[in-house]
Amino acid sequence: MKANEPPAHPWMANSTAAAKQEMLDAIGAKSIAELFEQIPADHRLRRPLNLPPALASEAELSRHLVQLLRRNRTSEDCLSFLGAGCWPHHVPAVVDEIVGRTEFLTPVWGSPQSDHGRNQAWFEFNSGLGELLDMEVVQLPVYSWGCAAGHAIRMASRLTGRHEVLVPRHGDPERLSVIRTYCEPREMPRHIEVVPVDSDPAGLLDLADLERKISRRTAAVYFENPSYLGMIETQGAAISAIAKAAGAQAIVGADPLSLGILKPPAQYGADIVVGPTQPLGVHMNAGGGVGGYIASRDEERYVREYNGFLVSITETERAGEYGFALASAHQTSYGMREAGKDWTGNSVYLWAIAAAVYMSLLGPQGFREIGELIIARSHYAGQRLAAINGLQLPFGSGFFKEFVVNFDATGLSVAEINRRLREQHAIFGGKDLSGELPELGQSALYCVTELHTAADIDRLVSSVTEVVS
Amino acid sequence: MSSPAPREYHAPVWNEPVIMELSHAGRRGQLFPPPEKEVTALVGPPEELVPRAMRRNDMPALPELTEPEVQRHYLKLSQQTLGMVNISLFGTCTMKYNPRACEEAARQLRAVHPLQHEDTLQGILQIIHGFDLILRELSGMDQFIFQAGGGADAAYTHCVVTRAYHQSRGELEQRNEIVTSIQAHPCNAATAAAAGFKVVTLMLEKNGYPSIDALKAAVSNRTAALMIGNPDDMGIYNPDIKEWVRIVHDAGGLCFYDHANFNGVMGKLRARELGFDACMYMLHKTFGAPKGGGGPAVGAYGCTAALTPFLPGPVVVNEDGRYRLDERPLGAGKVREFHGNVPQILKAYGWARAMGAAGIDQASDLSVLANNYMDRKLAEIPGLNRSNPDNRQWRMEMTRWGLGKLKEDTGIGTVEVASRMADYGIDPWWMSHEPWVVPEPFTPEAGEMYSKEDIDSWIAVIARIVREAYETPELVKTAPHRQAIGKIKGEVLDEPARWAMTWRAFLRKHRR
Repeated sequence: MKANEPPAHPWMANSTAAAKQEMLDAIGAKSIAELFEQIPADHRLRRPLNLPPALASEAELSRHLVQLLRRNRTSEDCLSFLGAGCWPHHVPAVVDEIVGRTEFLTPVWGSPQSDHGRNQAWFEFNSGLGELLDMEVVQLPVYSWGCAAGHAIRMASRLTGRHEVLVPRHGDPERLSVIRTYCEPREMPRHIEVVPVDSDPAGLLDLADLERKISRRTAAVYFENPSYLGMIETQGAAISAIAKAAGAQAIVGADPLSLGILKPPAQYGADIVVGPTQPLGVHMNAGGGVGGYIASRDEERYVREYNGFLVSITETERAGEYGFALASAHQTSYGMREAGKDWTGNSVYLWAIAAAVYMSLLGPQGFREIGELIIARSHYAGQRLAAINGLQLPFGSGFFKEFVVNFDATGLSVAEINRRLREQHAIFGGKDLSGELPELGQSALYCVTELHTAADIDRLVSSVTEVVS
Repeated sequence: MSSPAPREYHAPVWNEPVIMELSHAGRRGQLFPPPEKEVTALVGPPEELVPRAMRRNDMPALPELTEPEVQRHYLKLSQQTLGMVNISLFGTCTMKYNPRACEEAARQLRAVHPLQHEDTLQGILQIIHGFDLILRELSGMDQFIFQAGGGADAAYTHCVVTRAYHQSRGELEQRNEIVTSIQAHPCNAATAAAAGFKVVTLMLEKNGYPSIDALKAAVSNRTAALMIGNPDDMGIYNPDIKEWVRIVHDAGGLCFYDHANFNGVMGKLRARELGFDACMYMLHKTFGAPKGGGGPAVGAYGCTAALTPFLPGPVVVNEDGRYRLDERPLGAGKVREFHGNVPQILKAYGWARAMGAAGIDQASDLSVLANNYMDRKLAEIPGLNRSNPDNRQWRMEMTRWGLGKLKEDTGIGTVEVASRMADYGIDPWWMSHEPWVVPEPFTPEAGEMYSKEDIDSWIAVIARIVREAYETPELVKTAPHRQAIGKIKGEVLDEPARWAMTWRAFLRKHRR
């Protein structure tokens, strides 16, 4: 290194003066600047970038990042009852080890041979989810549950040639917002009308309202099980039958962690099933853990409508050997640009590997156990909270993992109760529903998982009792 | 200069069964405790809590394995993944080092819930805002959001913002066309169509990009937006781009700059000064966050103040040092739940802070230098043609090449060469997006991470394979030979009776 030369950057091998000169000599250029000759002078930025000072040493960088992150409080610092599309679950250490492997963390694309192990892990994601869902076709995950629902509704619209979807009025506003985006505004020629269907007093879909609204215009009925508000929808078979009778597709959104104890939607008539992948071994990551699956029966007319990557098992030139590669791939936007099915691109494929490892670790018995633990503890929490003066569960029992708690009779807002819980008790109360579903009054959506012990719930109960009295 | 000898690599061959085949009834990989006594005492047996009609009667046929068995299975699969452990000059992706310090820091986000109160998210919101400011400086835009789950999703975000913008002016029905070029990434055309627009695609002309006349003929009072990248994947920069933006603006359309190929121009020019209304960056590639084999990814979408009212919310705003999530009354609907892949935003922020202004500028210098060095070396190999041979200028950070002559001479094309590359421990190259405008294309991109020796090694492998193609073509046609598996049989993949996307489908179709 020459005197006065700035140190080489640790991430850029050719940042030494010698390397630059060697390459310039090899190509016969005098300076790097002349290599940018294609860019007209009046397109160029005429000043250096004005960015915060560089943190060139890893020690400085790490310290800076950690200091910023310490300004957060996490669901481990506090006792959290937030769910609603992103849930606290145990992530086995082996899952973190596997998704942290550089081979899985950094690959760009490769081929079925060069990245065979990753492709096999992807196929095992499909296969595990296929067992939980009792369905034979599973796509690699899309960005989120809402995006999965959006794509599935668009699939149904293409399959039926119809442009209307019925959705539960008591749906997650985050997911519904994404669904409406995917269904396009009225001005667009392929706009899909999103028609809300009421809930009955038990928090289930109001079948009479469904019957009133369904018609020969309906491409699909979309409902969730458990519902956004946690209720186990017991009328799945009736809803699917109503959809089928109208020539519409039945699309069900299902939390895969419930499927050790709840009937998979395929067994009550679902044509397309979607849902979140985050519960399957992915940390919440401030919402960066979300992903969405899409699954169906193995019928060609469905397969030809998928937007993303379908990984199939196949043979190789060597007898008895498996390979894994993309099936029916030409229909994607990579193959057909605007004539492809919606679009695809980078998504959350690393989380498919996390989910494959997670499902393999739990096995059938693990899904049964975790399902039973969650349903028991969430009902315990619900019943204990309902016993507090001024609190009630408007939809009673029969839920999984999440449930609505109403605080009207306390005379306090959920915002105020949650503030007191947060500031005085280090508890994150359930999601405030009062803004999005005003008809439920001062209500909150509480989430209880396998991570919440009876002692945690007892602590919540005593804290809530204190803040509302 | 002596050329390094290609490595006689061999991938691990584990012949690892599909995990279902490893199952032994009764084995367990994770246990969960039964509900506590007081829980059961209050709510009764858990199975009774499930309404009878909804109880699952069968057990899902998931594998039954111990924890170490599962761990070893997936370790073997990771070993059978080349995954950028060696040299991957994969074009259009600006592949970078993924700093492990950022990976380490991101662990602290694991237990954060996106709906926590803002008071408990100040660190995250400060990072998001801080990175927003960095991207504003790099682009000249006025606001960035990170909701999009990838580059294509950012293109979709632009279509969604375009809808909201024209809708607010009562012109959405009329402005139903989006203009792009055949060389723009397919996601631009595809997301425009998925958002409900008609797609108008401009073809390339002799100099490597569409003409101004073609653009003028394509735009009208029906034009909603232009979606375009620059430079394109040929390594050619469209010098008329300012005029393009003016023409589209005059017609009332918006202009979106797909900055997937940012490496060659970062620090050198800004979307704003070229006149663009919006742009996007891929944080999982260009800004040092890992690609993960295809995500979790982030498409950072930025726009000028004229479009910020139409952004899907929430937007992070700084109010005197307190950070807040702001919803926009006119904002387009969401494209994805929550605030984006926050760990990837953190990693990109860390990358940008470690690089600094000078480092980012140097990275584009080195990318362009390395590509032109690679061009010079590739030109010495017979059978290879550089795209647009009449264009004698230095290329930007990547160049489209073709094996048209090699194919004519030997029958071996880009797919076969790509398969053979892995035999030397080199990740198969990126060929080209559809359609192939250059016969038998490949698109290398050296970026700023790889050393000159890495590039020399990579070129030596290409030279070796080309020599094999001329001298022992069967060796290349039947490649790969030193991989975890042999060449796959592809015909199954488009046959409904034989494809199998799950193990259960495979058992039904092939093991009956």
